[in-house]
Amino acid sequence: MMENFKKLAKKPLFLPIFCMILVLLINVIKSPDFFVIKINNGVLFGRIIDILNRGSEIAILAVGQTLVVAVSAGTDISVGSVMSLSACGCCMLLAGYGNNSVSELAVPMIVGMLFGVFMGGLSGAMNGALVAKLKIQPMVATLILFTAGRAIGLLLCNNQITYIRYEPYKYLGNFLPGCPIPTPVFVAIIVIAVVSILLKKTALGLYIQSVGINSRAARISGINSEVICFICYVICGICAGIAGIVASSRIYSADSNNIGLTFELDAILAVALGGNSLGGGKFNLSGSIIGAYTIQAITTTLLAMGVSTDKAPVFKAIIVIIIVVVQAPAFKAYMAARRAQRASVKEAA
Amino acid sequence: MKKRVLAGLFATLMAASMVACGGSDSGADGGAAPADGGEATEADGGDAAASGEKITVGFAQVGHESDWRTASTKSVQDAFSEANGYDLQFVDCDNDSKAQIDAVRQFVQNDVDYIVIDPIVSTGWDTVLTECEDAGIPVIVIDRTIEDSTKYVSWVGSEFMNEGLASGAWLKAYAEAKGIDDLNILVIEGSNGSSAQIGRTDGFKKYADEEGWTILDSQDGNFTQEGGQQVMESYCKSYAGKFNVVVCQNDNEAFGAMDAMKAAGVSYGIDGDVILISFDACKAGLEYVQSGDINADFMCYPLQGSYCADIIKALESGETVAKETFMTEPWYVAEDILPSITYTNNAGEEVTEDLIVVTDAASQASY
Repeated sequence: MMENFKKLAKKPLFLPIFCMILVLLINVIKSPDFFVIKINNGVLFGRIIDILNRGSEIAILAVGQTLVVAVSAGTDISVGSVMSLSACGCCMLLAGYGNNSVSELAVPMIVGMLFGVFMGGLSGAMNGALVAKLKIQPMVATLILFTAGRAIGLLLCNNQITYIRYEPYKYLGNFLPGCPIPTPVFVAIIVIAVVSILLKKTALGLYIQSVGINSRAARISGINSEVICFICYVICGICAGIAGIVASSRIYSADSNNIGLTFELDAILAVALGGNSLGGGKFNLSGSIIGAYTIQAITTTLLAMGVSTDKAPVFKAIIVIIIVVVQAPAFKAYMAARRAQRASVKEAA
Repeated sequence: MKKRVLAGLFATLMAASMVACGGSDSGADGGAAPADGGEATEADGGDAAASGEKITVGFAQVGHESDWRTASTKSVQDAFSEANGYDLQFVDCDNDSKAQIDAVRQFVQNDVDYIVIDPIVSTGWDTVLTECEDAGIPVIVIDRTIEDSTKYVSWVGSEFMNEGLASGAWLKAYAEAKGIDDLNILVIEGSNGSSAQIGRTDGFKKYADEEGWTILDSQDGNFTQEGGQQVMESYCKSYAGKFNVVVCQNDNEAFGAMDAMKAAGVSYGIDGDVILISFDACKAGLEYVQSGDINADFMCYPLQGSYCADIIKALESGETVAKETFMTEPWYVAEDILPSITYTNNAGEEVTEDLIVVTDAASQASY
């Protein structure tokens, strides 16, 4: 039994899942009805559903961010601004430039949405070119769009919040008629599935790891490091674009000042919580995704417990500190050393 | 020897470039635009000198974070337009308080006639306002307040406490008119620590305490639709069937709360189970009041421009002006059952104000 547990504890996903359970455990003690899921008004209704629903954007961002971290040992801090930019691009096209509230679309909905995702990809391509070709440090390169993304979005929307009061536009961020599961959950699943298949069925995953561990060695062994790095940033940009459209559909508008605000930090945190090294190299996509939902679980838990607003960030910080400390290599080494010491004491006795 | 010559050459070059830098710096002064990311528009010191008779006004705005702010900016720009005989130097400080102080110093250098500031932070102003005073330039503060200095001639803005009190007074009268005894209230607050959040929370809470209403919960919705949506989603689970009033501290939060209540099958508005109160009264907000989804909306008036222009006109003709000017803020309701409400405002005066039933004209006229 103990042996089995030890083997389980060695699995790379053990700690992220353990942390997730730890967060959920707080709720078991505080309010057991946290886990109740019922059908209300024709749709699934419950806190767990909220976590899956609201965590979608962070999960989608975490997918892209994991690849960027792995390949370039740096973070893309522009994802939040790119979300806002893609949402603004989409709504601007749907509403027509200068209109701030429409109930009829200027172009078909799919065109606007694809344009938003395309803007995301374009931003990713720009970041990728700066990092891969010009060898600019990732944080500095993405700092450009971090600052400019929102401003460009604001210009696209003519300095106002653009509302799309067109019922089908709300489907992506809310519910499809007749479907009890929130649509963002499906979007997250599709993004995760597509990227996983891409990594598993092609050699891309392997290439990313080798470039991340040592890009020169990878180049010498015949991998085009620059192209691999570029591709990762484009994927990250596309993910940010998709997350932006989902966030925009939730509020059926493009609120350029607030969409994706501080989401880049959540995305980076998700990668770290997933047990991935921010130093690049080996990566674990599932870990990041679990990390993303853990962050949302913390938020939802705090909301559910009615933690007063001025205290909430403190609780969030404490939980994050515990999770990060438990996963730190130094802490793991310390625990291992203590175990070894105890074992040797036992033997001596 | 060669090295020494080279070193000497470099030293000369460096000295020369420094001089050149210094020169270009002083040259740039005429350009007026402070280096705050190139947001400055219409700011040009050169023009100010050219247009002799026009009154030059420098306006250092907070940024462009909401529709409300955009409306505020536009009202000042309209009030101080060329046609009205003004030359406005406008600087958008993009929420950077250092850039704002630099902008004010630049106005002093440009020797404008008046300075209008919407202070990003309420402290750290004494030095720069003393500089303005020494230069003999009157400063008018709008919207947000300055706490550590009194060296401005006048302040124009909203009394957020009164907005909170008014919402309480309205709820009291409305509940009496409708015969509702038991009020269980959920509050979605604005960004924590903002003056609007503090005033609206305290004002409303004063009535709640006096009347013995139950405030079930009060959480931060960050003044955004997404925030309002997420908090309301959580409320619908924690307090299912237990609440009959929702107070949102701005319109965007109210939109989010409506989405969440609709998804959870909770009815709101004039025909619903839940009374919905909101603040700001922007155009979209008033459209919801008109359709009966929001019961009452208390306006936070963004158009300070004409008030500023009045103050400057008074100063020009040598009159003294009041240190504080509170703008009149209309209150909008969905139903025509209460003509007006009376309450004791923050200054301790008994005030009666009319309630406006929203019409097409009213919502179109809003910002």
